[in-house]
Amino acid sequence: MTTSDTVEHATRRGGLAGAARTRLHQLLALASLLVIAGFFSAASPFFLTYGNFTAILFSTVVIGTLAVGTTLVIVSGGIDLSLGTGMALCAVVAGVLMVDLGLPLAVGVPAAILFGGLIGLVNGLNVTLLGIPPFIATLAMMLVAGGLALVLSNSAPIYFTDVPGYLDISTGNLVPGVDFPNAVLILLVAAVVAGLVLSRTVLGRHTYSVGSNEAATALSGVDVRRVKIAVYVIAGLFTGLAGILISARLGSAQPATGMGYELQAIAAVVIGGTSLSGGRGSVVGTLIGALIISVLNNGLQIMSIPQEWQNVILGCVILVAVYADMLRRRRA
Amino acid sequence: MGGTAHSSTDLFPPLLDVSEVTKSFPGVRALAGMRLDLRHGEVLALVGENGAGKSTLMRLLSGVDQPDTGRFLLDGREIRPSGPGHARSLGIGIIHQEFALVPDLTVAQNLFLGREPRRWRWFVDRRALDRRAAELVDELGLPLDPDAPVGALSVAHQQLVEIAKALSHRPRVLIMDEPTAALDADEVEALHALIRRFSGPNTGVIYISHRMDEIRRIADRITVIRDGRYVATRAVSTTSTDEVVSLMVGRAVPTSPAAPPARRRRPGPVVLSVRGLSTRELLRDVSFDLHRGEILGFAGLMGAGRTETARALVGADPVTGGTIAVRGRPVRIRNPAEAAALGVGYLSEDRKRLGLLLDHDVGTNITLSALASHFATAGVVRRRAARAAAQRYVRALGVRTPSLDRPVQHLSGGNQQKVVLARWLARDCDVLIVDEPTRGVDVGAKEEIHQLLEGLADEGTAVIVISSELSEVLRLADRVVVMSEGRVTGVLPAAEASQEAIMRYATLRPENTGTPPPEGPPANQHRAATAPQAEPEHGRRSRP
Repeated sequence: MTTSDTVEHATRRGGLAGAARTRLHQLLALASLLVIAGFFSAASPFFLTYGNFTAILFSTVVIGTLAVGTTLVIVSGGIDLSLGTGMALCAVVAGVLMVDLGLPLAVGVPAAILFGGLIGLVNGLNVTLLGIPPFIATLAMMLVAGGLALVLSNSAPIYFTDVPGYLDISTGNLVPGVDFPNAVLILLVAAVVAGLVLSRTVLGRHTYSVGSNEAATALSGVDVRRVKIAVYVIAGLFTGLAGILISARLGSAQPATGMGYELQAIAAVVIGGTSLSGGRGSVVGTLIGALIISVLNNGLQIMSIPQEWQNVILGCVILVAVYADMLRRRRA
Repeated sequence: MGGTAHSSTDLFPPLLDVSEVTKSFPGVRALAGMRLDLRHGEVLALVGENGAGKSTLMRLLSGVDQPDTGRFLLDGREIRPSGPGHARSLGIGIIHQEFALVPDLTVAQNLFLGREPRRWRWFVDRRALDRRAAELVDELGLPLDPDAPVGALSVAHQQLVEIAKALSHRPRVLIMDEPTAALDADEVEALHALIRRFSGPNTGVIYISHRMDEIRRIADRITVIRDGRYVATRAVSTTSTDEVVSLMVGRAVPTSPAAPPARRRRPGPVVLSVRGLSTRELLRDVSFDLHRGEILGFAGLMGAGRTETARALVGADPVTGGTIAVRGRPVRIRNPAEAAALGVGYLSEDRKRLGLLLDHDVGTNITLSALASHFATAGVVRRRAARAAAQRYVRALGVRTPSLDRPVQHLSGGNQQKVVLARWLARDCDVLIVDEPTRGVDVGAKEEIHQLLEGLADEGTAVIVISSELSEVLRLADRVVVMSEGRVTGVLPAAEASQEAIMRYATLRPENTGTPPPEGPPANQHRAATAPQAEPEHGRRSRP
């Protein structure tokens, strides 16, 4: 049985190669992250300190949570523009439930997260049942959610000062005395969950398939609609979680602040090597992408480079990251 | 009108003379020694099976591709079309089967697309555009409104726009590829009238068609090609349809070496029963039964509705009528996922677009269909089981790949086809529909795939093989369903199926009355929507 031996042998070898390929990409992203961090460490003595380390992680939380959730949507070939205002709306809903209606934390927080899932469900239904292109469907949702956030809050911030324990969700420390914010832990746990969903479950594998070739996946007997609805719901749940994390950090639900976060989240996903045309990407990559954005912002701030320039540089980084990824892929 | 079909000794050179043209594409010899001559003022029908080389010849004449050897003479002068625009300016007008029309523009705008009358260089002279379009439509006597958006027109009228566009360039030679594929009888008549009006002493028409009845009405001579070669030219008045069909099929057809003359398969009970399946576009009242352990061939010409039948059956396209029963139970199938859940799998003819996840690895491609049903527990993939299964199929089917992790786009066509086949094998279907299972596959892999399909049937799977290669259908099928223009025109047992018989049914123009019921006593569900049984004997059924 020479053929079977060959296959077996080649498979083992190829298995390593395949796994290594994925790893390689993540390693490259990680390497660029380290290079950028190394640059700032050399440029400023204040960069490489534990305080700044946790500050960077802390500032990654909101974008990171949104980006991790929307990674699934983008891998499926979709896009979600309603993340930012959806997050603001979920924060407002949390405020209405816990501040205005006085519901306890254990009810209000899950309810706000589930509300995010509801937003995602509506997005998913619009995309699948009505067949509206994801860009348009979620653009509309972006406006609806942004408007509803203002309506529900009467355009005023809702302060959580009287909700016991709420602020600790973000800023508290699980281990007393160790300065490691809960929000970062929550992001990590959420990312692990999303990563497992994407890499280990049927849903995750089908998400890649849909993003790679939707028509072929459908003809192969996969219920593509259910896959799409599921990824938008997951993105919505992460939107809800981000709403909780940002309002707990600020101590208030700011109804007018969501717009723009969705693009930052998408930027993190793209820098992390996920293809906007779908079929490719990973949660780990997205986390690294989000970290790169945070490190850049943080480092440039420390170097006292004006805010305006930070966006210019971030834009250039996106171009370089995506172009380098394309070059690498073309050679492969 | 003797046998001197090729008229190099005539006093005048023919209008168009194609001589000894060859053309190869990587791995395929599309044309070898192709020739034909079109005389002044005649309509020449060009016929041949799918893949005989008609479209390649058209591509060469329209300048999309250049011939490897041979030449084209127009009125005795050599022409070398270098592109569609150049061909047009040389006097060759081509009407393709697929329209090149912009649906959102009006008829007038489409007619002059890319050569709009200008005003002040940058602006379209809309008044001149409308005037010239109206003149053109009047001159040709077409029932077209120049202001109507093309997208709102019927297919027949879109066809007329396409023809008007070609004629507006005043071609010497007009080539029409299946111009009546979407037309009804009256529209065909109108088109023929137009062709007769167009033909004059200085023009000629090449009419590509499968429909012998039309060819007899409109054409003067018929040129038959086969396997990229010129076969014969006959005057319509002195030849019979049977003769043309046998010329098209050819006597010496190479069949697969291992073709068994007697089949040992004994099909079991009916697993799939289709009655009156119809779609909005094409299918009309398609009915057939499929038995356990049977290979049912689907034959027919391009556009006959074979792929459409399969797609409608598995819920990939919407149906407008008909019933489907799986293992005797009536079912509603709304999408391929529901079909798969019922054990019905469909493997598309378009491997790259509708089959493979090209950028994904072999293993992922093989396990796609069966991931949820066979390789997962509570939604979590059992990766080792999936991998082991993928490896089993790679070995069993002899997929030549360095590893399971190889992106499937790097595999050869035959190996890619085995991968998509393995996908459905892993799903373990009762009914497997394979559409052009060996298209673009080399001879060795083809034979392996044939044996695989036969093995499946031997083990009890009901297999439908849709193929444009008659030899493949004849090799595999226990029975052959022949379709033409969206209808089943014949169901032939293997013993009666010959290339000639199939071609005869495939070129049949189905009458607009319903098709006869299929063979055998069908399950008791012939068309849910027919009239009650107590139909009065007298008079026609009237619509409510």
